[in-house]
Amino acid sequence: MKEILWLGRGGQGAFTAAKLLGAAYTIDDDDKYALAFPSFGPERRGAPVRAFTKLDTKPVADRSQTEKADYIVILDDTLYSPQLLELLKDSGKIIVNSKQDIGGVCTFDAEKIAAEFRLPTVNTVMFGLLIGISGVVSSDNAAEAIKGYMPQKIQERNINALLRAVQEVAK
Amino acid sequence: MSKKFLSGNEAFAEGIRLARPQVISAYPITPQTIVVERLSEMVEDGSLNAEYVHVESEHSAMSCAIGASAVGARAFTATSSQGLLYMAECLYYASGGRFPIVMMNADRSTALPWNIYGDQRDSLSQLDSGWIQAYAENAQEALDLALMSYRIAEDKRVSTPYMANLDGFVLTHTYETVDIPDREQADRFLPPYETDNRIDLDAPKNMAFSAGPDTNYIFKYKEHEGVLAAREVITETEKAFAEIFGRKYTGLLENYRTEDADYIIVTLGSIAGLCRETADKLRENGVKAGVVRIRYMRPFPNAEIADVLRNAKAYAVLEKDISFGNEGTVFTNVNSALKKAGADVKGYNFIGGLGGRNISASDIEKIYNDIANGTESVNFIGIGGESNGK
Repeated sequence: MKEILWLGRGGQGAFTAAKLLGAAYTIDDDDKYALAFPSFGPERRGAPVRAFTKLDTKPVADRSQTEKADYIVILDDTLYSPQLLELLKDSGKIIVNSKQDIGGVCTFDAEKIAAEFRLPTVNTVMFGLLIGISGVVSSDNAAEAIKGYMPQKIQERNINALLRAVQEVAK
Repeated sequence: MSKKFLSGNEAFAEGIRLARPQVISAYPITPQTIVVERLSEMVEDGSLNAEYVHVESEHSAMSCAIGASAVGARAFTATSSQGLLYMAECLYYASGGRFPIVMMNADRSTALPWNIYGDQRDSLSQLDSGWIQAYAENAQEALDLALMSYRIAEDKRVSTPYMANLDGFVLTHTYETVDIPDREQADRFLPPYETDNRIDLDAPKNMAFSAGPDTNYIFKYKEHEGVLAAREVITETEKAFAEIFGRKYTGLLENYRTEDADYIIVTLGSIAGLCRETADKLRENGVKAGVVRIRYMRPFPNAEIADVLRNAKAYAVLEKDISFGNEGTVFTNVNSALKKAGADVKGYNFIGGLGGRNISASDIEKIYNDIANGTESVNFIGIGGESNGK
């Protein structure tokens, strides 16, 4: 099982990204299973939010919060702290949206990419960066998930931003 | 059939859309809100032709559903926690009036201390209200229960309202892949509601009346018969469901690796998956572990529970409930089933998940270990036996 932990602030779309990943993973394969859920509770704009995606080739029975993630994706660098390493598997990676370099983690200026596509949030850019780094789903399936689960008028920009982010990793 | 990535609430709403209720009464409460929001959107976009009534309380939500059912309409409502408790008075009117209303309950803790997270103290407190009670494990089962519920509740042998329970957040707010049946298949499975138990100007009759000491008990006996009849109707309905949709369900309970099991956890709802995974792990180490998931608390699977536990060395009932001053209510019910069947197996009660507290794989492993070695009768996960506080 692959487990992805998403950290963001209320309104940044971390949970939407968690859902899109789950949808993309299962979209064309009946033998793949995913769970996606937010940290449960009241939602407040700006407050720290956690979201979880679990991917497996058998039904995911464990519905509890991830204790050791394969990837931690952080949409807002003020939420990064070295203590997060405790939630990461030894082989795991942390991906952070930041204009600055942070030791030991992969940083990208996701805001800059989002701005190119007039997107106010970085969630689909971070999803693209995750795909570029991990290959957990294909870009095609991610684009299909965006088509299936985002409002039509913002689909194209989000797909383009995601593809651009995948390329950014390849650079 | 189409595949979608949906939460438990959304999956249930999809099932209800396919069941074509004619009246939906709604009052929002976390974590149920999404199901009535989605249904409201479906009514708005025309994909569900129902009268959607915004009511001022849960008491009114159930009263409205009763009124709708009393004119022969298929009625739906949903609630949770304090909302369920507030409408409790009306639950008995619905069951006593034999109105086959379907309600989704998002299982959530009850106050005080105030808490919006999942446990099963709300619905289990209403076991005596005369409603059928089902507990889903995942979003697919939630959707399928929504569709099966009306067929079971409306069967003339049953004529009993049906409460489908989904664990708050862990099921209601968790997204997973769900198969959504075709409209044509759903219509073939579930015909429109037809009943004589309705207000009819051409055939006036007395409904929702009083009955004194001479006759009251007869009505109560008939009500009991109705819920018991659901046993057979659930089996028939699941058979018809499997024929049309290809998904099989196993009646009042679901057994996992119990045939030769020495140690069995009996539980209900979404925690069952982690119990099965833990049982698999223990079996790799030579411990014969099994799991029973209760799917229906009413009608209760008395004979089935006794059969499956009879040859075990010990069993645990793991539940998100406590009847203060006694034990968990599911434990009481399970013990009674064994006693009636003359089975003598040592049983222990584990109370966990109250107020949404996480139950981990290691907690479950410890339960198997504890019942193998013997422990106190009633245990609180994370605290210990009852005598701990003394």
